[in-house]
Amino acid sequence: MDGTATAALRASALVKRYGEREALRGVDLEAAPGELVAIIGPNGAGKTTLLTILAGILSPDAGEVETGDGEVGWVPQQAALYRRLTVEENLLLFARLERHPDPHASCQEMLELTGLGERRGEIVARLSGGNQQRINIAIGLLARPAVLLLDEPSVGLDPRQRARLWEFVSGLAGGGTTVIFSTHDIQEAERYGGRLLVLADGEALFDGTPEELREAVRREAPEAADRDFETAFVTFLHHRGH
Amino acid sequence: MRWLLLKDLQILRRSPLQSTLLVLYPVLIAVLVGFAISRGPEKPRVAFLNEVPQNSRIFVGGQKLPRANVQGRICKKVECVPVHSKAEAEDKVSSGEVLAALVLPEDLIKQINSLSTLTPGTPEVEVIVNEEDPVKAGLVNDRISALLAQANLAIARRIANEGSHYLKLVIEGGNLPVLGSRIHILGLQASARILAALEPALPPGPLRSSLAQVTEFAEQAGENLDIAGPLIDRLAEPIKVDKVVVGGSSPPLEIFAIAVAATFTLAFVTVLLVAGSLALEREENAYPRLIRGLVSETGLLGEKVLLGVAVGLVVTLLMLAGLQIFVPLEWSRIGLWLAAIVIGGAALAAAGAALGALAREVRAVSLLAFMVTLPVAFLSLVPAGTVGAGLYDVIKVITALFPFKPALEAITAALEAGNGGLGEPLLHLAILAVAYAAIARLALRRFARV
Repeated sequence: MDGTATAALRASALVKRYGEREALRGVDLEAAPGELVAIIGPNGAGKTTLLTILAGILSPDAGEVETGDGEVGWVPQQAALYRRLTVEENLLLFARLERHPDPHASCQEMLELTGLGERRGEIVARLSGGNQQRINIAIGLLARPAVLLLDEPSVGLDPRQRARLWEFVSGLAGGGTTVIFSTHDIQEAERYGGRLLVLADGEALFDGTPEELREAVRREAPEAADRDFETAFVTFLHHRGH
Repeated sequence: MRWLLLKDLQILRRSPLQSTLLVLYPVLIAVLVGFAISRGPEKPRVAFLNEVPQNSRIFVGGQKLPRANVQGRICKKVECVPVHSKAEAEDKVSSGEVLAALVLPEDLIKQINSLSTLTPGTPEVEVIVNEEDPVKAGLVNDRISALLAQANLAIARRIANEGSHYLKLVIEGGNLPVLGSRIHILGLQASARILAALEPALPPGPLRSSLAQVTEFAEQAGENLDIAGPLIDRLAEPIKVDKVVVGGSSPPLEIFAIAVAATFTLAFVTVLLVAGSLALEREENAYPRLIRGLVSETGLLGEKVLLGVAVGLVVTLLMLAGLQIFVPLEWSRIGLWLAAIVIGGAALAAAGAALGALAREVRAVSLLAFMVTLPVAFLSLVPAGTVGAGLYDVIKVITALFPFKPALEAITAALEAGNGGLGEPLLHLAILAVAYAAIARLALRRFARV
């Protein structure tokens, strides 16, 4: 991607070590406003570490992260909210902690955005995993972030819940929010990601559109080109030594 | 911070069972511990079989001693359950109806009287115990030994008194009642005087010098046997206890018990609540979200300590108000109570935060908090001198590192004047509060970031 002046987030040469193990090895990433970037790779590839560094929770051992003017919202893989509070109490609490001038208005806005207005008084623990994830994302959006980081947002959701989630996330991106999400589901990444960053063993193997990834897979793993994309992708990783 | 505090109180309100247990459990433990400490053991029930004939009396030198009322003395110390046979006594002990049975055999007085004859016997009493429970057996043995020691002492005093009386008669002279009549005893002092008066009337020679020797003996015996009187008295009670308090101002037992109860409550409520509440932030995955600029780690710890102090203060004050029914408290000292409870609560809450920062599951943290708080609390109640010096030094170090003991000292001092100074324990607590807060912050950075 060029046009660095308009990048909503830019990370360069990120390195993170846990003892002897290198979780990230010089990873670069840039995302434009409204872009939907999928970070894909097998378990242990460094996806969560990368997102956690982008969110500012972990510091990299080397490299740097630059963000534009807006906030960076972070939605962890597991719902980060209080299950014994109601939907509304959770949203109000985080709106107050975000120092919103009118927390009730912000809460109402998020209830409308998530479509959970009618269930505002329900204890979160009684909601489905999909609905909990929607509140989780809504809390991440309370900061009105320019960039939203989602760590494996669809894990544990049924197909219907997934579809609703991605409809919601695509709507956010359509509204100008940069969304960077991680997943190990290659088909989900291909379907919803405008751009894909492939990580394996902490190394960035590919950065481009889904079509460009298909092309690279065909080129580097021709023997698997006629098979389904997931199998071809695994063969591609194997050819790259992972 | 206030919104986080409000959130924690909302969560507490939503968990009525947990909140009730959190308050009721320590209060229950506290009250039980308090009463266990303040109350001595109740009078044990002992079956009592007295087979000694009613008119039997102890004789010394052919004289009847006044009644020592041994049965009355024993039954003052234990709850005597009269039985009519040894078999009945054994049944009651076996069934657990009584803790032990004491049998005074028929020949007891006869055997005691034989002690002053040329063929002394061995007076014996019989104790029947059920030793299936070693703790109970130990308690019974101690209690019966103490009772018999008291009975022996009472009898020995009577004998010593009579002995002194006869010695005085030998020295000073007087009347000795024998078989209904009185015999006059001249006494050593009068004998010496008479002999001394006779001596000049005798001509010099062997008879006069022999009389002089007898006179000298009578004088010396009369003078020196005076010393034997107090000596015989002391034989009955050779060692007297003279208690000198050299250190430590022991508070009244009721006040100490209330202080123990209050500190137990404060410690369990604050440590468990703060540790659990901090772990909950991680269990709910909210912690990383919070510290991303919404609240600092120090701010979060401060909120948890405030939560612990606030809830601990309310519960402890309610408990003190409840105990006021049993023991009057000096409410005019409430300012000092508040200082002790707030600073003690802060140190305990900081310790709770340090424990809460070590694990992310509320259950694991609660277990850890129990495993630390309960033994430290009990170790804090171990008095000096009841264990070996080396072990007590170790206990002192352990209890000084946890805020329970200084909190107990502070609350004891605050409850009533004259129970030691408040400044030293408060300073100790303040140091512990800062140290544990620093440990908690370090542990959060180390373990809780992701």
